[in-house]
Amino acid sequence: MRIDEKFRQLKVRKEGALIAYICAGDPLPAATKEYVTALVRGGVDIIELGLPFSDPVADGPTIQAGIQRALEGGMTPDLFFKMVASLKLHIPIVVMTYYNLIFKRGLARFTKDCAASGISGIIVPDLPPEESDELLQACKENDIDLIYLVAPTTTQERMDRILAEGTGFIYLVARLGVTGVRSDVAGSTGELIKRVKTATPKAVGFGISNGKQAAQIIRAGADGVIVGSAFVDIIAKGEDVTARLEALARELKECSKN
Amino acid sequence: MRNKLESTKFGKYGGQFVPEVLMPALEELTEYYEKFKDDVVFNEELDYYLRDFAGRPSPLYFAQRLSREYGVKIYLKREDLVHGGAHKLNNTLGQGLLAKYMGKKRIIAETGAGQHGTACAMAGATFGINTEVYMGAKDTVRQRMNVYRMELMGTKVIPVKSGSQTLKDAINEAMRDWVANVETTHYMIGSVVGPHPFPTMVRDFQSVIGKEVRSQIMEKEGCFPDSIVACTGGGSNAMGIFYPFIEEDVDLFAVEAGGSGMKTTDKEALHSATLCTGEDGVLHGMRTKVLQNKDGQILESSSIAAGLDYAGVGPELAYLADIGRLKPCNSMDSEALLAFHDLCRLEGIIPALESSHAVAYVRKAAATGELGDIVVINISGRGDKDLETVMGMRK
Repeated sequence: MRIDEKFRQLKVRKEGALIAYICAGDPLPAATKEYVTALVRGGVDIIELGLPFSDPVADGPTIQAGIQRALEGGMTPDLFFKMVASLKLHIPIVVMTYYNLIFKRGLARFTKDCAASGISGIIVPDLPPEESDELLQACKENDIDLIYLVAPTTTQERMDRILAEGTGFIYLVARLGVTGVRSDVAGSTGELIKRVKTATPKAVGFGISNGKQAAQIIRAGADGVIVGSAFVDIIAKGEDVTARLEALARELKECSKN
Repeated sequence: MRNKLESTKFGKYGGQFVPEVLMPALEELTEYYEKFKDDVVFNEELDYYLRDFAGRPSPLYFAQRLSREYGVKIYLKREDLVHGGAHKLNNTLGQGLLAKYMGKKRIIAETGAGQHGTACAMAGATFGINTEVYMGAKDTVRQRMNVYRMELMGTKVIPVKSGSQTLKDAINEAMRDWVANVETTHYMIGSVVGPHPFPTMVRDFQSVIGKEVRSQIMEKEGCFPDSIVACTGGGSNAMGIFYPFIEEDVDLFAVEAGGSGMKTTDKEALHSATLCTGEDGVLHGMRTKVLQNKDGQILESSSIAAGLDYAGVGPELAYLADIGRLKPCNSMDSEALLAFHDLCRLEGIIPALESSHAVAYVRKAAATGELGDIVVINISGRGDKDLETVMGMRK
């Protein structure tokens, strides 16, 4: 399913989108399908799967540990695409990974593999628009959205360029720093939501872990929230994982409904 | 050949592969660097610190007995005599002064063996800027004297427990810190690596080495050397001595760490010879040659010399290697050790194990004639920090 179609549906229903991240293959390749299914049961609108990279500079300790477990569990790009193709979800799937894995596979091959396995969008945290022309082209050729990030530090000039190029949704980085659970919502978040003026849906991530934060962000004008570390934390603890993933998804989804 | 600062690339290498959060900081840094790099006041102040604090210029020493032993005329560029015992201070004084001009309240850095960290601590103390250094937890144990040196100078050393707990992970962690504190903090990267403008800026600050060699060798020989040999990890001492000779008829040899052999597995390399065997990739904000597996996962590199133990290399070196302007080569751990002892015994100079790799290459290549008659070796640092390692090898 295409990302913009999903957001259109949600708009009609007056709901904010819940985008859930887990790292593919964490802790073992076989676990991901079950976890994704639980998240979908809990009401997740878009699944964001991490393709683990050895040096994840944009991620905090929680997701780093998830990536480490996935790599030790044997997750590879080949296995990743095979696993994603077997998911057969009725909601959009996006892949989040670092540029070297895309570069090494070849941009054309990577985007083709995305399209063939049912992935609708790509998020690359270490690829600013200055360096993304080639990947953007490859994405267009395969009808994949390249999802750009904007940060509180993004200048207006850069913002204009990113908004002109980004498709699917715009990923608003809620705060300076890496991924990870925080209890509050940064003051800069609301400001950033207001600054991002675009028809493309806006989803806010980095630091969001509970329903209260999600509700606050949707109320502030975002079209969706992205939650990662809180789910990865559940996987790390390893107890009642599917039930707890589903319950947290449900809580977040309820609070994203406005 | 010379890259204008406005270009972020060296051929296809370099660039700015960083999170969006950092892009404005890189723009700001580029702006300040362009503003001050030719500024008279800035350069006078930097020259003052390089001269009176760092002890520059460092001598170019004719190594008579080593020359006789190896069969070529060898000059040693004595960066080991720079304050702190390595070339690293050239860069940290430059960046430290720039950070001061930029009004940054805090400096962060990564360090492997602790040489760059120590140089940061010196610059931080000199300029009165709070300094925090990320160091792999394993390295803090291996190099505890350097940890203590940094602490004595008021720097906070933060052990990094993620990943392999070495330099690569220290860089990752420093970048994460920078992402969170970008508005107040300058990231003082220690080599000609990372996103633009770092490779260009660090090269320029280190070019003082090559500039001095130009006039020193002219004075002694009346001509430029036939070749210059420098060890290469990230490549800052190499770029520093090479760059002022790029357009001259001088052969440049970048000697990487051959470790215990040119073998790799899916997870690790037994060496750190990135220019020799690495493949085009993107790591730590730059496109360059990288030690990686078939999927693009970065390999753990290996070397007896912590300062060469890195899975990437400066993008300009990758470019110069591709166009044939420099020759990538390597020395193994065992060869570096032999050269280390040669220099100790014949010249009374205890070189860093890093620099010993450059000496080792001259040791084996002199006889082939490829180095010509006059060779300059960059002795990038002194070996006091390596004594425990060398003692351990003797047992």
